[in-house]
Amino acid sequence: MPELLIRNGYVFDPLNEVEAEKMDISVRDGMIVERVGRKARLLDASGMTVMPGGVDIHSHIAGSKANCARMMRPEDHSKDPEPKTWGTRSGVGHTIPSVFTTGYRYARMGYTTVFEPATPPLKTRHTHEELNDIPIIDKGCFPLFGNNWFVMEYVKQGRIEELAAYVAWMLEATKGYAIKIVNPGGIEAWRWGGNVRRLDDRVPNFDVTPKEIVRALCQVNSLLNLPHAVHIHPNGLAEPGNYQTTIDTMECVRDIPMRGHPIMHVTHVQFTGRKGWSWPDVRSGAPEIADYVNTHDHVSIDPGQLIFTNVTWMTADGPAMFALFKLAKTKWFNADVESETGAGIVSATYKKSNYVNAIQWGIALELALLVKDPWKIFLTTDHPNGGPFTAYPRVISWLVSKEARQRVINKINRTARRRLDLPGIDREYSLHEIATVTRAATAKSLGLRSKGHLGVGADADIAIYNIEPPKVDPAKEYKSVRKAFARAAFTIKDGRIVVKKGEVVRSVQGRTFWTRPEVSESVMKTMMRDLESKFDDYYTVRMANYPIEGQYLSASQMMTTSTGV
Amino acid sequence: MSKTTLENVVCTFCASGCDDLEITHDGRDIYSARNGCAISLSRFTSTRESRILKPLLRTRGALRPTTFARAVDRAASILSNAKYPLLYGWSQTSCEAISSGIELAELVGGLIDNTTTSCHGPTILGIQDVGEATCTLGEVRHSADLVIYWGCNPIHSHPHHAIRFTIFSKGRFRRTRKDRKLVVVDVRRTDTAKLADRFVQIQPNADYEFLTALRTAIKGEEIEQSSIAGVPTETVEEIADMMVDCEFGALFFGLGLTMTAGKHRNTEAALALVRDLNYVTKFVIIPMRGWFNVTGANEVSTWQTGYPYAVDLTQGYPRFNPGETSAIDALARAEVDAALVVASDPVSHFPKAAVKHLLEIPIVTVEPKTTPTSEVSDVVIPSAILGIEATGTIYRIDGVPLEARRVVDPPVGIRSDVEILQAIIERVKRLGGRR
Repeated sequence: MPELLIRNGYVFDPLNEVEAEKMDISVRDGMIVERVGRKARLLDASGMTVMPGGVDIHSHIAGSKANCARMMRPEDHSKDPEPKTWGTRSGVGHTIPSVFTTGYRYARMGYTTVFEPATPPLKTRHTHEELNDIPIIDKGCFPLFGNNWFVMEYVKQGRIEELAAYVAWMLEATKGYAIKIVNPGGIEAWRWGGNVRRLDDRVPNFDVTPKEIVRALCQVNSLLNLPHAVHIHPNGLAEPGNYQTTIDTMECVRDIPMRGHPIMHVTHVQFTGRKGWSWPDVRSGAPEIADYVNTHDHVSIDPGQLIFTNVTWMTADGPAMFALFKLAKTKWFNADVESETGAGIVSATYKKSNYVNAIQWGIALELALLVKDPWKIFLTTDHPNGGPFTAYPRVISWLVSKEARQRVINKINRTARRRLDLPGIDREYSLHEIATVTRAATAKSLGLRSKGHLGVGADADIAIYNIEPPKVDPAKEYKSVRKAFARAAFTIKDGRIVVKKGEVVRSVQGRTFWTRPEVSESVMKTMMRDLESKFDDYYTVRMANYPIEGQYLSASQMMTTSTGV
Repeated sequence: MSKTTLENVVCTFCASGCDDLEITHDGRDIYSARNGCAISLSRFTSTRESRILKPLLRTRGALRPTTFARAVDRAASILSNAKYPLLYGWSQTSCEAISSGIELAELVGGLIDNTTTSCHGPTILGIQDVGEATCTLGEVRHSADLVIYWGCNPIHSHPHHAIRFTIFSKGRFRRTRKDRKLVVVDVRRTDTAKLADRFVQIQPNADYEFLTALRTAIKGEEIEQSSIAGVPTETVEEIADMMVDCEFGALFFGLGLTMTAGKHRNTEAALALVRDLNYVTKFVIIPMRGWFNVTGANEVSTWQTGYPYAVDLTQGYPRFNPGETSAIDALARAEVDAALVVASDPVSHFPKAAVKHLLEIPIVTVEPKTTPTSEVSDVVIPSAILGIEATGTIYRIDGVPLEARRVVDPPVGIRSDVEILQAIIERVKRLGGRR
């Protein structure tokens, strides 16, 4: 692989505390190095912004529910075809793009790493098949644990060590990266058409509470020393008044000791940050949640920014999706997965004139602006729930410019405008903060040491944008900032130029990250006895056919952790 | 080699995905398949029957043995010279092969369609209109106290379905046959119907009417007619009550619904009925897909092109318009000018008008055994049988992916579908893609 020297760019590297410094970046063998030889290929980045490749912590890009959504929504694709070129495959866009298109569109925006945040373990083979097919970007997936029968039974019996061994086994069996919880206990209740709403409700037939599940899995996360926090979608999604449950969820794990990173990452808080008692009365709970996050270090959040456009809602939270379907009255897909989890999909459109939608849009932006520390909040649209990932540049323009936000505020529902704090918030993100919330902080939160920065030894995943920092005031020139982030001047993946002027010039194969915690043999043995004795009763697949062999991952990147179990 | 027994083998016949087979083999021949159904046993123990053992090429009117390279060469030139090639089949091969098939279709600018087009295509069209409330089969096993088989006869088509997943299975919340009720709706008294607590015999082609009446009844609205689809209204109301009163209902339907009058309107009505039932109880619907990887064909096609079947790639991007871009219609209109058939037998299964045109165009067949389609082909490339002689991923009815692993060696010189398709792709690329 030829060496590469990126010259004279304005480098933003928050993890190494580099802000808009004119620097050269040297690349050899897919890594960033101290210096390269004289024969290195020169890439002139004068007058441009150089950042680490984007790292997306939460984007539903692959797996059975994404694919059910694609199948259910031909109308979503037909107006957005992506023709083949000599170097790239064809596909379709919009809210749920086909796999090849997903990789290309991320790369065009300078993103090089994306995590699929919810995979039903039984169907994770499917998730990996899709992830393998997504070109260019590195990826990983979070298996769902919050409604798993083995988990709930261990929680009930208070056997945390065996639970930890089970989680470790599952992460290896599914080649998963982190623990994901969606509506703990609620999806099990959905088996009978019900739900749990608050942290202390009891899960039918299992006699545990969501709080007990969340606490136990957070303890396990800590015991297993997993690279990422427990990634959680709390109970009561989309219901008015759910902000309190969100705060309670964060509060209930406060006493668990941290091991180098927050205990919990609460995701797409826009959907769980609502005050009020009924739909006409919904208000923003962002100030309270932001206040909590500002004063506590054991949590991080992402807003799941809403975009006024047609979207596809998809989540493992089956009951919440049915509740939303009853409002949207469009198309509804439900797919429960035996002994583990569920899924719901609904097509929908967000309108500026709709009061609730306008409040949602406001909640997400208020969160992003009121949480003071950019290392605690990351940019997401909860693709494709809040909006497609291709809308990130638009979200960036709202973050860097009050004027850009004001233009939208002027058009939204008047009551919502009156009730939101957003019009009075003056904060504008700097490009350095944008680099933090889109790559540095997400890479740090995921525990990916070689991502999200440009220091020596980092992976050479680099994005170069057409923005000249001293000359461009993002607050005023937000349109050119948006354009620049939509089409990277260059995207470099593992030291290879994959995008030039916003077009994919070369397709490469990214890696799939997964975690293998090392658990002591004795605990593993006890757990395996339980597992073997119950597996055939719980599943319609034999235990021998359940684990996904390593060769399923076309480029596997295992991360081992030493544990306290 | 001495006989050994391999456990937890995945069956590759129907889409139930039984994965508990015990196969006794000696590396070449298979002697028994325990735990499987009669069809499974026959599939595993007859792998060596009517096999094609050499690539065949039609020369001077007859199929004659040739080399692999020559067969691939001819296949590649047929496909790259065609203006509108059809790539059809895919439901009896692996997802990896289907993926190669899509790559090839894109390369030659063709139309790729799978057997969904002639079985559950209307189901997918129905889902695209109303969605689908479904679950994996284990959920049915654990929870369903009402099972409905509609227009299907699983005792014959999916012999272990009732034992592993429904009335005879042992789940967490439903332990025995007594914990479940079985309703069968069909136009004739099938062997499945004989097991039912309630058998409803409706008039042929009256499914839509009956489904609509049920939708009316579950909403508590009055039905004015005295009989619906040849069934007394009281019976309709009784079935509706059973549906509303159950705790977890599961409706399975087959080609009796999708391929009778109304087609996707039928499936739409069934999907909407189940959706409506979720307002009052928990209900799911699962199509009884046929071939072991027809679901996988839909899945791969969807994640790579956005559409589950009938994908036209001639414009350089995927287009989906069943009726225009579906295999049977494109053949019947005589638009297709070459065909690649992989793991399927359209000559036996397609309507006359489609077959008539198929016989007029060059056909390349990739298939383990002699079929009517292979007999009329211009190039025949024999392949290994998936799940017996080759490894690959397959998807069960309910979208649960399984790895179907190789048990014995294929006959000498026989390659897997993936290897064959990749060889054709390489050759087409060397020919410069689409001419």
